[in-house]
Amino acid sequence: MMSRRPLLVFTLVLALIPNIPGMPPFWITLLDNIGLAALVAMGLVLLTGVGGLTSFGQAAFCGFGAYTTAYLTTVYQISPWLTLPIALGLAGIAAVVLGIVTVRLSGHFLPLGTIAWGISLYYAFGKIDALGRHDGISSVPPLAIGGWSLRDPAAMYYVIWAFVLLAGIATLNLLDSRVGRAIRALRGGRVAAEAFGIDSARIKLIVFVYAALLAALSGWLYAHLQRAVNPTPFGLNAGIEYLFMAVLGGSGQIWGAVAGSALVTLLKDVLQRVLPWMTGSTAQLETIVFGILLVVILQVARDGIWPLILSRLPGAPPRRIDDKAPALAARQRETRSDGPMLELAGATKAFGGLVAVNEVSFALKPGEIVALIGPNGAGKSTTFNLITGVLGLSRGSVRFAGHDISGVGQRAIAAHGIARTFQHVKLLPEMSVLENVALGAHMRGRAGVLSSILRLDRDEEVRLFAEASRQIARVGLAEHMHKPAGSLALGQQRIVEIARALCLDPTLLLLDEPAAGLRHFEKEALADLLRQLRAEGMSVLLVEHDMGFVMGLTDHIVVLDFGSKIAEGKPEEIRVHPAVLAAYLGGTA
Amino acid sequence: MDLTILLFLLQDGMTSGAIYALLGVALVLVFAVTRVIFIPQGEFVTYGALTFAVLEAGQIPGTMWLLAGAGALAFLFELWTHRRELTARLLVHEATLKLALPAVVAGLTHVLVPMKAGPFVNLLLTIAIIGPLGPYLYRIAFQPNADASVLTLLITAVGVHLAMMGMGLILFGAEGLRAPPISNASFTLGPLPVSGQSIGVYLVTLGLILALWLFFDRTLMGKALRATAVNRIGARLVGIRTSLSGRIAFALAATIGAISGILIVPVTTIYYDTGFIVGLKGFVAAIIGGLASYPLTAAAAIVVGIVEALASFFASDLKEIIVFMLIIPVLVWRSIASGHHDEEEE
Repeated sequence: MMSRRPLLVFTLVLALIPNIPGMPPFWITLLDNIGLAALVAMGLVLLTGVGGLTSFGQAAFCGFGAYTTAYLTTVYQISPWLTLPIALGLAGIAAVVLGIVTVRLSGHFLPLGTIAWGISLYYAFGKIDALGRHDGISSVPPLAIGGWSLRDPAAMYYVIWAFVLLAGIATLNLLDSRVGRAIRALRGGRVAAEAFGIDSARIKLIVFVYAALLAALSGWLYAHLQRAVNPTPFGLNAGIEYLFMAVLGGSGQIWGAVAGSALVTLLKDVLQRVLPWMTGSTAQLETIVFGILLVVILQVARDGIWPLILSRLPGAPPRRIDDKAPALAARQRETRSDGPMLELAGATKAFGGLVAVNEVSFALKPGEIVALIGPNGAGKSTTFNLITGVLGLSRGSVRFAGHDISGVGQRAIAAHGIARTFQHVKLLPEMSVLENVALGAHMRGRAGVLSSILRLDRDEEVRLFAEASRQIARVGLAEHMHKPAGSLALGQQRIVEIARALCLDPTLLLLDEPAAGLRHFEKEALADLLRQLRAEGMSVLLVEHDMGFVMGLTDHIVVLDFGSKIAEGKPEEIRVHPAVLAAYLGGTA
Repeated sequence: MDLTILLFLLQDGMTSGAIYALLGVALVLVFAVTRVIFIPQGEFVTYGALTFAVLEAGQIPGTMWLLAGAGALAFLFELWTHRRELTARLLVHEATLKLALPAVVAGLTHVLVPMKAGPFVNLLLTIAIIGPLGPYLYRIAFQPNADASVLTLLITAVGVHLAMMGMGLILFGAEGLRAPPISNASFTLGPLPVSGQSIGVYLVTLGLILALWLFFDRTLMGKALRATAVNRIGARLVGIRTSLSGRIAFALAATIGAISGILIVPVTTIYYDTGFIVGLKGFVAAIIGGLASYPLTAAAAIVVGIVEALASFFASDLKEIIVFMLIIPVLVWRSIASGHHDEEEE
C-alpha cells in the first residue's frame, strides 16, 4: 500500500554515507547512536502516538538487553548471536509481567508503573555484584559474521541501520493490518473497540511487549557497539529522553521516530559542546533545554514534526479494493423459529441510589424492527448498554437466541452476533471511512501479529476490505470511502457506524439514534435500508426521537419514562396511548 | 534485632512516612483538580529544602531570582492570552500578582537575610519564595494545555521535572546542603529517644491535613476545587474558573512541597536531585491510594516509610527497589478488583 520508492532511496543513501570520502569517524558514531535511539523511539511511537499508552521505562528494557548479552558473552563466552533471542525473551517476559498488571487499569497507571520499574532496574544494575555494580561489565566481545569481526563503528553502522530498516518495515506492516487497526482503535476508547470484539487489554499488552522488544534489541546492539555496559545509560533520564524523541518526531509516525532520534541526538551533542562554553559550567545543562523543549513542543505542535514534513509530500494513494475477492465466511447465525430473539426480563440498573433502568421487560422477535422511545433521560441508552454488556445488570436478565447473555462482557456479546452504533459517534476521525468500517469485521479475520509483520495476511486483508467496501456501498457512502471519517457530516458518520456494525455480519443490530442529523431523503434511504435488512431476516432494535421515522418503520414500540416501561405495542396503539401522551406532552392522563 | 532497634526504625519510618503522606496528598489534590500527574512535586521539596538551608546560612537563595523570572514569564503569557481584551484593571491585577509579589519577596529577603532573623522567619520566607512558583508554573507549562489528555499532561510534567531538576543544579550546585535542626529538644519515651524534630514533623503533617480537610469541606473555594475535580465543564458552567482552581491546586502543592523540604533538610543532606526520589515515594503512596483517596494515600505513605526504614536496616542495597516494587502488588490487586470500568477519558 505504501510506496516503496522513498524507502529504497533512503536505504541507498544510508548505504552510501560511510563511503563518502573524508567522512569523519565521529559522524559515523553519531549515526550509530541515532540508529540505536531510533529503534527505541519507534516502539514508543507505536505505544504513545498510535496506541495512546506510554512508558518511561524503555531505557530499562535497553538495559535488560545490554546486560543480558554482556553477562552471557563475558561469563559463559556464548556467541552474541545466540544471546539475542535470550535477551529478547527475557525482556519480553519482563514486559508481559509489567503489562499484565497495568493494562486493565486506566491509561496513566502503565506509565507510572514503568517509572517505578525504570528506577528499580537502574538501582538493581548498580547493586548486583555479578553485573559489576556501578562499574558495569567491560570487554564485551564484538559481533562477528563468519570470521569478520565488527569491531569498527563503521561496520556496526550497517548492522544497526539494517535492524532499524527491518524494524521500521515490520512496524509499518503491523500497523497496516487487522491487529494494527485494533491498535489504532485503542485511542477511540475501550467501549467502541470491545463492541467489535477487540480485546483491548490484550492489544495493549501486544504493543507494550513489541516496544519493549525493540528497546531490548537496541540495548543488545549497544552492548556490542560500546563493548561495555554500565547502569548510567539505562536510568530514568534516558527513558525520558527516548520519549522526547518519539514526541518530537511525531505521534503515530514510524519514520518520525528516526527524525526525532536524529534531532535529539544531534541537539544533545551540540548542547554538550556549546553550553559549557557559553556558561562556563560543566553541569548537564542539556536536561533543562530538553525539559523546556518538551513542554514547548506539546504546546505548539502536539503532533511533532513528522506530520509537518509529511504534509509537504504527496499523500499515499487510496487503498485498492478488489471487488472480485471471495467473500468472508459468513458467521454461524443464531436464529430461532420459535420464541423471541432478544428478551429482557426485569432488567434493572442502579447507579448508587439512582435507578436508571427499573424492571424493564420486553422481547424482540426474529426479523422485527423494534423501537425504544421515551423522553430524554428515560433510560434508553442505559438499556442499550445493558444489552451490549457495557454496563452490568443490577438485577434481571438478558437472553439472546435462548442464551443468557447477562454479564458475559462486550466481546462475548459481539461474538453472539449483536452489533451496535453509538449515540455519541465513536469513529477514529483520522482513519479513513474504509478502515473504520473494516474494524467492524475484526472478529471475522484471524491474522495475528507475526503473520501481519511477515505480510502473510494479505489474502485475508483483501477480503476484509472488500467486505468493508460492500457495506459502505450498501449504506450509500461509496463516494466517501477514502476520506478521513472525521471529515464527514455528523449524520453521515452515524451511517458509517451502521456500515461498521454490518461488517460484523450481525443477527441483531442495535442503533442508537441513527436518524439524528440526517436530511429528509437520507432518512428515507436509511428506512429503506433497514426494511431491506429486515427482509433478509435481521432483527433491529433502535432508539430514536424522530417519531415520523419510527412510526413508519417499526413493527413494535417500547416506551420508557424515568427508567420504567410505561407502554408497548404497535405504532398505531402507541400513537394514542394515554400514558405515552402524558409522558411526552405533560399533564395527567 | 531487639525491641529498641525496632522502635527506632518504626519512629524513623513514621517520620519519613509523614513527609510522604504530605506529598502523596498534594499529588492526589493536583491530579483531582487538574488531571496533571505532578512529577515535579519532588523538585519543590528540593527547592524548599535548599532555599531554607541557604537562608539559614545567611545567604540569598537563587530561587528568589527564579521566582522573579517565572513571575515575569507568567505575566507575559497572561498578556498574550488577553492581548485583544486588555484593560487597565486586568493589567494592574496581573502585575500585582506576577511582578509585584516576587519584587516584594525579593525585597523582604534582602532585608531579612542580613538580620539573621532565625529559623521561623526563614521558614516563612522559604514558603513565600517557593509557594508562588506553583501557580506561575501552572500558568506557563500546564494551563495552555489544560484540556489535553492525561497522557500529554503527564509528558509535560516530566518535561517540567527535567527542567526544574537541571535548574536546581545551577541554582544550588552539585554539593548537598543540610540545615541546622529547627528544634534541638529531645526526650525519651520509655526506652526510645524521641527528637523534637520528628514531633514537629508529625504535628505539621497532622495540622496541614486537618487544614486541607477544613479548606475542602468548609470553604466555598475548597468546594469549587472539588467541583472542578468532579466535572470541569460542569464547574465552568456554574461559574467556577477552572484555571483559577488549577493555580490554587498548584499553589497548595508547591507550598506543601516546600514545607516537606524544610522538615527534612535538618535531618538529611539534600542534593539537587534528592527531592525527585522523595517525591516518587509520595507517588507510591498516591498510586496505592488509586490517585483518588486522601486517607488511603496518607495511610499508605506511613506504610511506605516503615517499609523503607526496615528495608534500609535489613537490606540496605535493595531499599529503593523494595519501596518502588510495593506498587506492583497493589496494581495487581486493583487490576483484578476492577471489573467493568467506565470509558477512560480521552
